Order: sequence, then C-alpha cells, then structure tokens
Amino acid sequence: MRSPGTRGAAPRGVPYLFLAPAVLLFTLFLVVPVGYAVYLSFRKVQVKGLGLGRGARREVFTGLDNYRSALTDPDLWSGSLRVLAYGALLLPVMLGLALVFALLLDRPGTGLRRFARITIFLPYAVPAVIASLLWGFLYLPAVSPLNDLVSWLNRHGAGLPEPNLLGSGPVFYAVVNIALWGGVGFNMIVLFTALRAIPREIYESARLDGCSEWQIALRIKIPLLFPPLIMTTVFSLIATLQVFSEPMTLRPLTNSISSFWTPLMKIYRDAFARDDIYAAAASSVVIAAVTLVLSFGFLRLVQRQAFGQEQR
Amino acid sequence: MTRRAAPLPTAVLLVGALYCLLPIAWVAMASTKSGSSLFTSFTFAPGGDLLANLRDLSGYGGGLYWRWLLNTALYAGGGAMLSALLSAISGYTLAKFRFAGRDALFNVLLAGVLVPGVTLAIPQYLLLAKVGLTDTYWSVLLPSIVSPYGIYLARIYAAAAVPDSMVEAARTDGAGEFRIFRSVALPMMGPGLVTIFLFQFVAIWNNFLLPFIMLSSDDKFPVTVGLYTLLNQGSTVPALYRLVIVGAALSILPLIALFLSLQRYWRVDLMSGAVKG
Repeated sequence: MRSPGTRGAAPRGVPYLFLAPAVLLFTLFLVVPVGYAVYLSFRKVQVKGLGLGRGARREVFTGLDNYRSALTDPDLWSGSLRVLAYGALLLPVMLGLALVFALLLDRPGTGLRRFARITIFLPYAVPAVIASLLWGFLYLPAVSPLNDLVSWLNRHGAGLPEPNLLGSGPVFYAVVNIALWGGVGFNMIVLFTALRAIPREIYESARLDGCSEWQIALRIKIPLLFPPLIMTTVFSLIATLQVFSEPMTLRPLTNSISSFWTPLMKIYRDAFARDDIYAAAASSVVIAAVTLVLSFGFLRLVQRQAFGQEQR
Repeated sequence: MTRRAAPLPTAVLLVGALYCLLPIAWVAMASTKSGSSLFTSFTFAPGGDLLANLRDLSGYGGGLYWRWLLNTALYAGGGAMLSALLSAISGYTLAKFRFAGRDALFNVLLAGVLVPGVTLAIPQYLLLAKVGLTDTYWSVLLPSIVSPYGIYLARIYAAAAVPDSMVEAARTDGAGEFRIFRSVALPMMGPGLVTIFLFQFVAIWNNFLLPFIMLSSDDKFPVTVGLYTLLNQGSTVPALYRLVIVGAALSILPLIALFLSLQRYWRVDLMSGAVKG
C-alpha cells in the first residue's frame, strides 16, 4: 500500500498546523500544570519575624522536605490504605458483575436482555455527586428501607440493633456501593461490545460438539475477553485512586467521614482549607507517580492492541 | 440449536436491573414528598407535593436552579462539542499524515490519559488565578476541551473510517488540506465523533472537582456543585433537603433521555480496540 502524502503531497507544515490547537491546549492545561505542581512541591513559604509587613513571607526552595512530610504523614497513609482496600474490594466485584452481566446478555435464551442492558447502563448517566446524594439519602436511618425492614422485624420480636449505614464501619461499604452502582453498567457495555465482535460461528461448532452455554462462556468467551478486561481494570484502577466526589458528597450527611478520608480529600483540604499548596502539590505528585507506575504497563498493551494493524 | 428458557440467567439480570433502578425510583418518589413526610413515610411511597416542590425549587435564589441547568448544558454540551472537533482534526492528522515526530507526539498526548485529572485541578486553579480567569466560565470550559482519550479514539476511528484513496483523490483534484478534512474526512467520522461527544459530555458533567475549585459565584455553578452546596447547607436548614431531592431528580431526567435516544452511538468497541482497520 502506498502511504498518503507520496503523491499530490500535502505541504509539509500542514500536520503540524492541524495539531497546533491540541498541542497548545495540552501544553497549557496538562504539561504546564503538572510542571507547576512539581515545582511547587519543592517550595515552601519562609516567614520572617511575625510574618507581617512587606517581604516577611517569601517562597524558598526546600528540597525534599515536602515529600518527607507527605510520606510520613499518617493522614495520607491512612487515606491511601483506605483507598487501596476500597479498590481491592470494588474492582473485583464491579468487574466480576460486569463480566457476568455481559455474558448473560450475550447468552441466547436469556429473557429481558434489552431491558436489562439499558437499565444497568443507566447509572453511567448519573454523575457521582448526584449518585452519592441519592444513595446518601437512602442510607439515612430516617429514610432507609433497611431501617424500615429492621423495625418491622423488631415489631415481630426479632430484637435486631437499629442499623446505621452511615456509621463509621459501614460507611466504607456505603461508598463502595455507590461506585459499584455507577461503574458496573459502563464496564458491562465495554465487555458486551467486545463479545458481540466475536464471530458467531465459533459458538455454533462448539454447540455441535455438545458444549453447554456455560462451557462456551467459560472456555471460549472469557479467554477472548482478556484484553478488554485488562483495559477496563486499568481504567477503573485510575478512577479508584482518585476517589473524591462520593465521600465528599456524603460528608454533610454523616460525621464518620473525615476531611482526609481519601488522599485527594486530604490534598484538597491542604490546598484550600489550610492554604498549604506546597504540601498539597507534593502529595499530588506522589499520588500521580503511584498511578503512573500502576498504569504504565497498560499503555504499551493498549498500543499493541489498537495500532498493530495501522501502517507505521 | 434449541432455545431453552433460562430462568436463572433472566433472574440474575432482573436483580441487576432492579438494583440499578432502585435509587432512580426512590428519587422519583421522594421528589413528590413534603419535607416532613420525607423522613416519616415509607421510603418508596409517593407523596402529593411534587408541584409545590418544583415551585419552591424554581423560587430558590430567584431561579438559581435553572441557571445551574443552563450552565451545565453550556459546560458539558459546549465543552464536549469543542472537544469532539479538536479530537477529530487531531486524530485525523495522526492517522492520515506521515510526519517527523508523529509517534513521539502521539505517545506524549496518550500519556495524558494516565495523568490523574484531579491532581491537575489545583495547579490549574493556581495558574488560572494568576491570569485572573478563576470564577469565569472559561476556567471550567478551557481545561475540558483537550481530551487525550478523545484524540486516541478519533485516531482509531479516522484510520478505520476514512480511506486513504479518498484523501488522495481529493488532493489530486486540488482541494486544500483543511477542505479535505472538513468535507471528506469529517462526515465519514461522524458516528465516531458522536461517541467522543458523549464520552466527553459525561466526563465533564461528572467532573465535580474542577468547577468546585474554580468557581465561587453560585450563578456560574453547574448543577452538581449547586446541589452539593445546597446539601451542605441542608445540615443546618433541613428544609433544603426537599429542594436537593427534586433538583437531583430533575437534573438526571434530560441525561437519561439523551442516553436513551443516542443509545446506538455508544460504540464502545472503539474502546476495546475491536475495530478492524
């Protein structure tokens, strides 16, 4: 195949001109902010005397001090460990359910497929803040159907304790549930679309050999779903490490969520409530680095997957 | 092949669907309740105060809620539109031109997918504050336009949907490069661009931190930030909870309608790289 541009060639500058707007915006709103965050993370404010008057407060270089305090900050650690536990619970449940639903949608003979596909995908249209708001009210003991159920059981002599889904223990699972609700549908659609791309003939021959639908799902479909599964896992992982909106929205409804419940909440608090942008910058560089390390393998994988067939 | 009835798979899907409908059904019911029956009546029982709730919501802050909805349409709709166009020209260029530095440039752009958006928001705020752009519409719109992910999708889509021969034929006919993009490539990329538009629309509408940090005047808020501030005041003024609930119900309705009507454009096979080149 001849490559474009060998005959009736475009002027050499054209591709650069066409890419200029994207490169400009990318530089202004991604590269420069990242650079600025790194710069700030090595700075601090030095206060002279009482810190009053002109020149009493000035910004100086401080080396790795901010990193040292970020890495020894118990609040950042407790938030990070909480988010890791959150991811360790959320990712397998969310992707597992997405996989089960996708396989069921692709299985001949299952009823309600169209209805279920649309309904399970619907929460993707609901932003995290509004999802957390809806669930937050459903968790409130005065509103929750669970509390109605328990008090009904207690009237019949069950003697159960009054549950509080926003209490300090359950609130962790309450947040996981919100993210699960918001995320299952999207991942299900990704996996389902990948399943639809598999030629049907493969299944026909397996059926002729006497394979049941379960065997087809286990032995043919799941192995073929590995690449999209890896990709959805990494995308979900990046989102998980950034969890912010859900616990932030639940905070007005409960006092079991601290202002440093997740690393990003702590970064937000440092930057805006405590006015310590330097500590916030160092913490965000650390979180970004962890995210990057975890997702770098994925970048190579996606590129091989998607652009293998495009000419170079 | 025999099509057996499959009660268990159907039941599992039904449970999943009911779980997903639960909060939506609740907010639809709760938006019809008065402030007191919200906490006393059965969770899923309807009330008779929908119109009163809507009237109070409209009256809040002199119609502030409608302003928030309009702002959301501007941020998410306008931002996603610009983002889809920018992704289109960039993706087309990366797929259809050969030039020095193409792969390096693409890799740098793609690495942007991995930068956690939320770690960007604070330096973005500080930088925009230096040029006096915080608390303006631009402070939310501008950072939302460039989407590494959109460019990535547009490149895959341009490679698959725009044949090289068409581009070359237009070139031989003497068409200018921008005209080739606009009249040949852009229409062919149409369905893919709707997908990118939808992805970016949801991404902007879902991004809470950026407007939360950037904006301080409540007449510039998108509906998410507006409802969050209402909820926050609700801990001292519980009457506001009623407005939060009816406001939430109202704001997800247009989105659900948009989703259902544009359903066929969720071409997520683009994402899993299943497009045959």
